[in-house]
Order: sequence, then C-alpha cells, then structure tokens
Amino acid sequence: MEPCSENVKAVRRSKEEKKLLRKQIKASHTLLKHEGISTVSQPTKSLVVANGGLGNGVSREQLQDVLGEVGEVETLVMPPHKPYALVTYRSEVSAQRGHALNGRQLQCGDQIVTLYLSYVNTVDSELWGCVDLPPGLVLVEEFVSPEEEALLLDAIDWTSHNEDVTVQKVLKHRRVKHFGYEFRYDNNNVDKDKPLPGGLPQVCVPVLERCVRDRHTEVMPDQLTVNQYQSGQGIPPHVDTHSAFEDIILSLSLGAKTVMDFRHPEGRSVALVLPGRSLLVMKGESRYLWTHGITPRKFDVVPACDPKSPAAVTSDLSNHSNLTLSRRGTRTSLTFRKVRRTPCDCGYPSACDSQQPTAPPSPPSLPRSQTDACRLEAEFVHRVYEEIACHFSSTRHSPWPRVCHFLSSLEPGSILADVGCGNGKYLGVNPDVIAVGCDRSSALVQICSERGFQVFVSDALNVPLRSDTCDACISIAVIHHLSTQKRRQAVVEELVRLLRPGGRALIYVWAVEQEYNKQKSKYLKETRQQGPTGDSTDHNNQESKSLTGNTTDAHNTAQDLSGIATDCTMVHHETESPAKLSVHTNRTAFNSQDLLVPWHLKGGGREGCNQGRGGDEQGVQGSKNTLDPPTEAQAPVPNTAPSPVFHRYYHVFHKGELEELCVRVRGVTIQRSYHDQGNWCVILEKTGY
Amino acid sequence: MKLLTHNMLTSHVKGVTKGYPLLIKATEVKVSEVEFNPNFVSRMIPKLEWSALVQAADGLGHLQDLPAELVTDYENNEDFLRKVHRVLLEVEVLEGCLQCPESGREFPISRGVPNMLLNEDEA
Repeated sequence: MEPCSENVKAVRRSKEEKKLLRKQIKASHTLLKHEGISTVSQPTKSLVVANGGLGNGVSREQLQDVLGEVGEVETLVMPPHKPYALVTYRSEVSAQRGHALNGRQLQCGDQIVTLYLSYVNTVDSELWGCVDLPPGLVLVEEFVSPEEEALLLDAIDWTSHNEDVTVQKVLKHRRVKHFGYEFRYDNNNVDKDKPLPGGLPQVCVPVLERCVRDRHTEVMPDQLTVNQYQSGQGIPPHVDTHSAFEDIILSLSLGAKTVMDFRHPEGRSVALVLPGRSLLVMKGESRYLWTHGITPRKFDVVPACDPKSPAAVTSDLSNHSNLTLSRRGTRTSLTFRKVRRTPCDCGYPSACDSQQPTAPPSPPSLPRSQTDACRLEAEFVHRVYEEIACHFSSTRHSPWPRVCHFLSSLEPGSILADVGCGNGKYLGVNPDVIAVGCDRSSALVQICSERGFQVFVSDALNVPLRSDTCDACISIAVIHHLSTQKRRQAVVEELVRLLRPGGRALIYVWAVEQEYNKQKSKYLKETRQQGPTGDSTDHNNQESKSLTGNTTDAHNTAQDLSGIATDCTMVHHETESPAKLSVHTNRTAFNSQDLLVPWHLKGGGREGCNQGRGGDEQGVQGSKNTLDPPTEAQAPVPNTAPSPVFHRYYHVFHKGELEELCVRVRGVTIQRSYHDQGNWCVILEKTGY
Repeated sequence: MKLLTHNMLTSHVKGVTKGYPLLIKATEVKVSEVEFNPNFVSRMIPKLEWSALVQAADGLGHLQDLPAELVTDYENNEDFLRKVHRVLLEVEVLEGCLQCPESGREFPISRGVPNMLLNEDEA
C-alpha cells in the first residue's frame, strides 16, 4: 500500500511535494483499477506516464521531447484513446531520471496537463492485442492517383453554398451531395422509383470500372453520396440501411486522412485510418453488422509512421503501440452503393430492417369509441389483409362442406351475395345461382375478378346493393373482425337488409370453443409435423375475410364504450375495462375473446400473385397442412427468409353469443345454429314485410 | 363489371335517397362470349330492374333493340333471351367509373372491379 514511500529521500517534504506524491499515488491506483497496470516501487527501466496519453490530448512528439530530455528512450507506447503512455529507457539510470519528471506540466492546446510517472515491470505491447479488421472489410491504399483525386474533387460542385438544399444538404456535422438517387435522412432510405436526373458523374466511371475489374464489386453502383468533412466534423456510427442498398459499399476517401471507427454489436471496436486516395470496401459482416462512423474531432490518433512511406504501415490502430496524433484536414468521401430492389436476406437479421417482424406499433387496446374501432380495424384487419392477400389466398382453396351444402340448397337463379368473399372460393360453388361478392380488401377482390367472378370492393357495414334483392347472403369468417358488439350487430343488420323476405343468410364466426363435444377442431389438431392430408384440412378457423370499415356504424348510438363487455351472454367476462389486446399463440386455445392473431407471411406479400413465381406453388402446397404458417418454434421452410409477421384482430365468439347478436336484429328469425370445426354458425331467415 | 352486377349495385352514400341506377362512365368496355343458358337468363329476368338494364345497355351502345318495357312470355323467345344474355353477361366494363345519380359521387372501376368504399364522412 505504500508503493512510493521511498521514492523521495527528503525527510521533510514541501507542501507541493506532498501534493504531488498524493496525486501520483492516486494515479497509480487508477491505473491498477481501470487499466490493470500495476506499478512497482523498485526502479525499473519502464515507466507509466499517467496523463501522458493520446486520450487526453498529449501528442507523441510532445511527450517524446520531454522524456528524451533525461535519457535515451527505447520505446514509447501510446495506446489509442488512453490517458497514459508507457516508456522504456535504455537504462535504469535514465528511467530514474525520467521518474523525476513526475509533476512535469505540458501545455496541450488550451489546457495544462500534469504528468505522473511510476515504475512498471514490463511494457508488453502485446497487451494491447492484435485485433483483425471486421470480416469483409478491405482497405485499398492509393486506389486513385493524385491526378484522379484532383479531377474527382473538381467534379463535385459545392459552389451552390450552404443555403442550397436541393440535391445537396448541409448536415450538422458535414455537407452532403447525392447522385443517382437522393438518400433521405428522414427514413434512411432512397426513393427507389425517383432516380435523380443525370445519374452518377461521368468522372466516376473509370474508378468504378476499376473496382469491378479488381473484383471489389460485381455490380456497378447506381447511387453516390458525397460527404465533405471539415476538421472537427464527423458522422454518427451507423449501418447503411439493409433494405436500401445491396451488399457491397465502396467508399473512396479524398483529401485529408481520417480515422473511421467500426463497432461490433457486442462491443468490439476497430479504428481504421483511411488515408487520402484510399478505397474502403465494406462487404458481408462489416457492411451488415458492424457500425461505422467518424468521431467529430480535430485530432486523430494515428500510427506514428515514417512520412516517407505512409503505405507501409497497417491501418489497424489496435496493432499499434506506435501512435501519435494527427490534425484533421478537409476530407471528401465518395460512397458508391447499389440500390436494392428486393428485400434484404442477409445473414444478420438482428441488424436487418427487411427481416424485422412487423410487430404491432403499439399493442392496441379494445376500442372505447367508434373512432377507436375504425382505427383498430383499419390497422389490424384491413391493412393486414391487403398485405397478406396473395399468401392468404394461396391457403384458401377448399370450400368448407357445410357452407357448400347451404349454397347447393339454393334455388337455381337465386341471387347470392357473399359479403366478405375473400378470394372468392364460394362464388363458383353453385353455378346455377347469380353470385356477387364483395370484400374490403381490393387485393383479394382483384384475385376474384381474375378468376372471372363478379365482385366489387366494399365494406360489410355498408354494402352498395339494393335492399330486399338477395335470395341468400353468406358472411363467412367476417364478423369476428369487427371490434365492438355494435359493429358486429350492424353487419348482421346489413345482411338482413339485402335479403328479400324469405331469403336466408349463413353466418360463420370463429369460436372460443375450439374443443366442442369432446372433439378438437382441426385448428387445434393440426400441426406442422403432420403431412399433407388433403384439401379437407384447409383450416376453417383461420379462414377470415376483411370486410369492415372506416365507415360509421349505421346504428350510431355512440354509446358503445364498453366493447365486448356489453355482450350479455358472455359467461366469462375477460375485461370490464379496455385492456391491451393479447397476441394469440397459433394453434392453442384462446385465453381471451379479443386478441391479435399472428400471420406469418410467406412469398413476398401482395406482389407476385399473378406472376407464377415458384413461391406461389410452395404456398399452395404449404397450405395443405397448415393455415397459419409456421410459428417461431417450428423449423422455417428451407430457402425462405424469415417471414414477416402480421397481426389480425379477432373477436372470438362464445357459445350462444352469435345467436344473441342475431336476436337483436329485427325482422329475422334464427332457422338453425350449430358448431362447425371451431366456428359458431347461424342460418337466418328474413321475415319482415 | 357486368351489367348484371350493375343492375344490383346502388349508391350508398349517406343521405342519398335515390341512388339508383348508377350512371356508367366507361372508358374501356369488353364484350366476350359466354355460353348461352336460356333457363338461367329466364330465371334472372324477373330479378332485374328492367329499365336500369336498358338504360345501362343503351349508354354503352349495346342496346340491341331491347324494348323499354319488358316483353311478356319471354321464356320461349330465344332471340330475346339471347339479347338479354348478351347485355347481362357478355358486356363488361373494365375501366371507368360509376356515378351516384343524386350526389354525383364517382366510384372508380379499375381492371373490371368497382371500388365502392366510402370515406368516413360519406358513410
């Protein structure tokens, strides 16, 4: 505990000396505690110089001068970003004189730095480790000649000055200019359908051709961002947006050198000197996973190299104990990227915006008002069906037998309205009836239309068909998507309005009771492990259509504050006050009546429905043994990227709840009600005259 | 959209009392052959608003001498049934719009599909 007691021979110390000693002891404790450097009391040839580090603004040259005054310095190690240095003298005598420099003050910029020196046993430069460059990172020095550099710099026209923000912008820490496509800093992406006129500057072409020739990239970039950094400026650490650009990013440094910091998400970091006229190639892990940035500062810690052979030194600072400070000058970087046209499928999903699950922005609550209900359904029903239409349709190819039975029972020439027709799988079941379908999702309606069915886009709450005209209406897996009891009832009323007196409506909704009369529904029984068992397993329970809307409730009493809690038939009230909706685990029993059901999208969403891509085939086959695509626990389908997840709102019905709802509707009687594969079903007949 | 569907559609804009029939403003019309089924057409006729059909067919230039008043005993009139078959099932509006006769609200028809969605304030 008294490492320095015999350092000073004087018995009587001045007040100054005592203070100095105290500080020195404190410094050696700090070094031990934070850096693991233990100082020793016996003189050695090596000393640690606290406060004599690059990290607190002391340059190598400055320190070298001071230490060299008292003896011949063998090595001087200045670890990057550290507030100390390690010096080894040729002799112990020199080191003792060096030790006496304790308390020496240096003028560093505006501030005075006091050095504290203590003996250490060895200076092992291996201590600072040898860190490799991030995988995929390549630095090519002297990639362009000084002449080319001048040519390129001349071609960038900055003359329009700071006020101009058309294609060039002045950011907080640098100014930028875009070619090919404008990079948008609001969403960190490019408008892929809005190329800038002019493309890339011609002067870049030979440079890019050399990049291709030298195999630094395979494709010609089509986007260029020019950044200009004055001394003291920088760019925050970032990963270039995966979905915006392809893998390889080329960055040409012109003008003054700088230091770029790369950081792995787990904390490893590498600082790399980017000399002027060098090309940085970021690929793979270094492009997708590591952040890169430039710390805004006026000095960089760089290898202290022979100025005559700058290229001889490795640029990896971590390798270096031989470092110094370098004043930054103006640096211009040209970053060439290729705009990405398909979602990113890199192997780094944690850092990939294309592979993030589309989780609910915020867990929604049960609606407390019409407006809430409209918003919930718009976000968690309508938008979702529009996004998943193609994949959804590929899983909906076999009509349910008891629905077909109803359709077949209709008189030839009957007019049938399928309200919430989805992909139209019931529209052609009975060719002797006049069938029209409608759905809230224009993407699904388009699929019906291409199949030759008569369809239109509309909301189930407001169907644009004449009253009293339909001989039959069906509403299969629609009403459970409406988020208040009032709105669910309004859909039934709308169906009844369409019916002629004596006409019949068939309604299916998803049931809470997935196990009924000791029979588990197919929804529960089905697992991914089962092989395809034919069309009959196309799952009822997941069948659902979007057909509700941002329309106002026709029976707008505006008093519907309690949502499902007004359903008097409910035996188990889940919530009396609006609660956050929970996310249902696919193929399990429901733990709530109002929930979000995940849909794992396969096959790229709404595009590609009609393009005969391989993915469609896969989707149809996959649907034979599943309606809901795999849950996280199950093995992903080979060759497919992790699937985005969408959440659909459902209100699942208790036994008796659907009948209760229908009884409230005037002019109608319940002809039959039954349970069919996890659904509650009713057949209504219009009585009213 | 076939004229059969048009015959069933009505304007549903809030406050409109006479939203039928919708006026067709077509920019692209397709006529394609559909198998003729006299029984099917016969069964359909009583379900139609005849005057709306005639008006729509006329507007598209496919009237084919159909009378303004529905003839009687059409079940055995094959010539008549064929004409009705044509206007109901073979004439199709691919692009254009449907206009509410009362409010003037237009509903677009794109790729043969009318979009009848209302804005929040119209429902």
